[in-house]
Amino acid sequence: MRPSVKPRVAFFDFASCEGCQLQVINLEESVIDLIDIVDVVSFREAMKEHSDDYDIAFVEGSIMRPMDAERLKKIRERAKILVALGACACIGGINALRNRYSVEHVKKVVYGDADIEGNPFFDVFHTKAVGDVVDVDYYVYGCPISRDELAKVITSLALGKKPEIPNYPVCVECKKKENVCIFEKGGFCLGPVTRAGCGAICPTNGSGCEGCRGLVDNPNTDSELDVLKKYGLTVEDALGRFDLFCYKYKGEVSK
Amino acid sequence: MSKKIEIKIEHVTRVEGHGNIVLDAEDGAVKQVQWQVSEAPRFFEAMMVGRDYTELTHIASRICGICSISHGLVSLKATENAMGVKISDQTLWLRKLAHHAEHLQSHVLHVGYLVAPDLFGVGSVFPLVGTHKDIVVKIIKLHRLANEMSDLFCGRTTHPITLTVGGFTKIPTEKELVALRHRLDDAIETTKEVAGVVLENAGKLPDFTRETEYIALSSGDEYAMYDGVISSTDAGRLNNDDYLDITNEFVVPYSTAKHARHKRDSYMVGALARFNLNSEKLSPLAKDVADMFGLKPLNYNPYMNSVAQLVEVAHCLEDSISKVDALLDTGLKDEVPDFKVNPGRGVGVIEAPRGLLIHDYTIDENGKCIKANCVIPTNQNHRNIQKDMEVLAPQLVGQDKDKKEIELTLEMLVRAYDPCISCSTHYLKVDFE
Repeated sequence: MRPSVKPRVAFFDFASCEGCQLQVINLEESVIDLIDIVDVVSFREAMKEHSDDYDIAFVEGSIMRPMDAERLKKIRERAKILVALGACACIGGINALRNRYSVEHVKKVVYGDADIEGNPFFDVFHTKAVGDVVDVDYYVYGCPISRDELAKVITSLALGKKPEIPNYPVCVECKKKENVCIFEKGGFCLGPVTRAGCGAICPTNGSGCEGCRGLVDNPNTDSELDVLKKYGLTVEDALGRFDLFCYKYKGEVSK
Repeated sequence: MSKKIEIKIEHVTRVEGHGNIVLDAEDGAVKQVQWQVSEAPRFFEAMMVGRDYTELTHIASRICGICSISHGLVSLKATENAMGVKISDQTLWLRKLAHHAEHLQSHVLHVGYLVAPDLFGVGSVFPLVGTHKDIVVKIIKLHRLANEMSDLFCGRTTHPITLTVGGFTKIPTEKELVALRHRLDDAIETTKEVAGVVLENAGKLPDFTRETEYIALSSGDEYAMYDGVISSTDAGRLNNDDYLDITNEFVVPYSTAKHARHKRDSYMVGALARFNLNSEKLSPLAKDVADMFGLKPLNYNPYMNSVAQLVEVAHCLEDSISKVDALLDTGLKDEVPDFKVNPGRGVGVIEAPRGLLIHDYTIDENGKCIKANCVIPTNQNHRNIQKDMEVLAPQLVGQDKDKKEIELTLEMLVRAYDPCISCSTHYLKVDFE
């Protein structure tokens, strides 16, 4: 019998910058409230203790190697709910940029002639999102994730509710903030097709949306084409920017 | 009866990756000790090639979630050096403030959340909320200030938005700077209190020394963090453009992170290296904090890196105050970056919280990156960690320390280097036979 009825939560990371898990610590004083409603049983970034008995697994990072895929499958088997945390886990994110090249090529660029053949540490395949390897129950998008959104997701799951993740474009949030449109300022922005939830943080800070939360489920591509046309931009311009985070959408990830 | 100690720590930690420790000893003699980095390689250099110069800083910041500002800034330096872009004094000061915000955030995180539990003999900061709430709240307060300072200058805590080639896409208002000034003042007192508590518990830091080479930026003008010339305790001032001959990166089979060496078989970068090279240029409070702990150059104890970080927290606060005052004196102007895309190669250097960080880009006439190389602080430290372990492990085994103590001392060694947030906490899972 478990002594507590609080859900047991674990955090795991794969190829990533760890910036999404860092947002848990960046909740500052609210972390203290959070540990009131869940039991954190594994969180290497902040604690030494570890348990394999958990209900909810948060997984950050992309999957790069057979050894990582095996570890992820074990996490999936143990968790009742698996949540992908951040762009690398949800859509491959910036890690997928290297899928433009062959695995052999990128190895050569970074490691040169070093003898790494047959070494499992270096045995990489094309970058995969977590959902390319196992079933994912919920996605917390963004690079990095919004810590407020994460707190809401954890609270919903602790209450046994389904977390609400926006499925409308960043433009909606940007308009609410009364920002001058980035296109009007001569910039480029993926706000019209990118999933909201970030509070349009990049346009609000004078920089175009880079699509780090991935596409909305049914992106209005006609409207995007109209916007591009209006500002004298081409589809190639858009696609060139798009693959910074969303390379995955351009084609199937190689197995 | 032969006494065998076998330590194998697997796919445990993240630095800029996962790290393992392997120790194999029999009858008091260490047969093998290895600091392995098994992190999945991410190939950033390959990701940057072919991308537009405007995107490089945003790609670069994603190398590290804790020091994304340093990566963003050094990326801009490399890009601007490659294209011959000049920045204004205002941009320089604002960037230095953004950089201080990151050092504060990273150092407070490391000392307060990751090292402190070892000093109090607990597994994480969470139990300290119950037993030492007062000090935990002070640490959170400093951490929050550092993060909100990053928000102010960079638009976001992690992965800066406003940093752009030639300047900023958005700058703070004078009113926001005044508010920050008050909070920085307030944080000075908090820092003294935190330093006092760390000092009370500093006896837990192992007394281990191994002479090595220290490399960091140095500057005639200030305690070098944002700008400077690569310098060494063995070889004096060097040339930034010769960084390849300084870092000499090479691949070892037990590490997906490269190793580096210069005059000796290994060297160390980071707060202790900066302190050892440039301590006379620290701010007054920073010097006081160093004196409290008896930290003097040259200090060869890697565990004192955490203390050097605390010294730098004091320095960053005081130096930020003087930079905010200077900006308020001059007044803030809206500046629009003005430059042309020129082809060329540029090397950028900076002190990230964990040490010397170098980006080197070649940009073509269309503004596309055609070659990129990044030398990361943690990679430069891996060999020094390895060499420390080769001296430390036989000492521990020879002194017949129990398994828990060997485990903790090795864990604390890795943590002292602050390789990256996640590795620092639950680093090692040690099994003894």
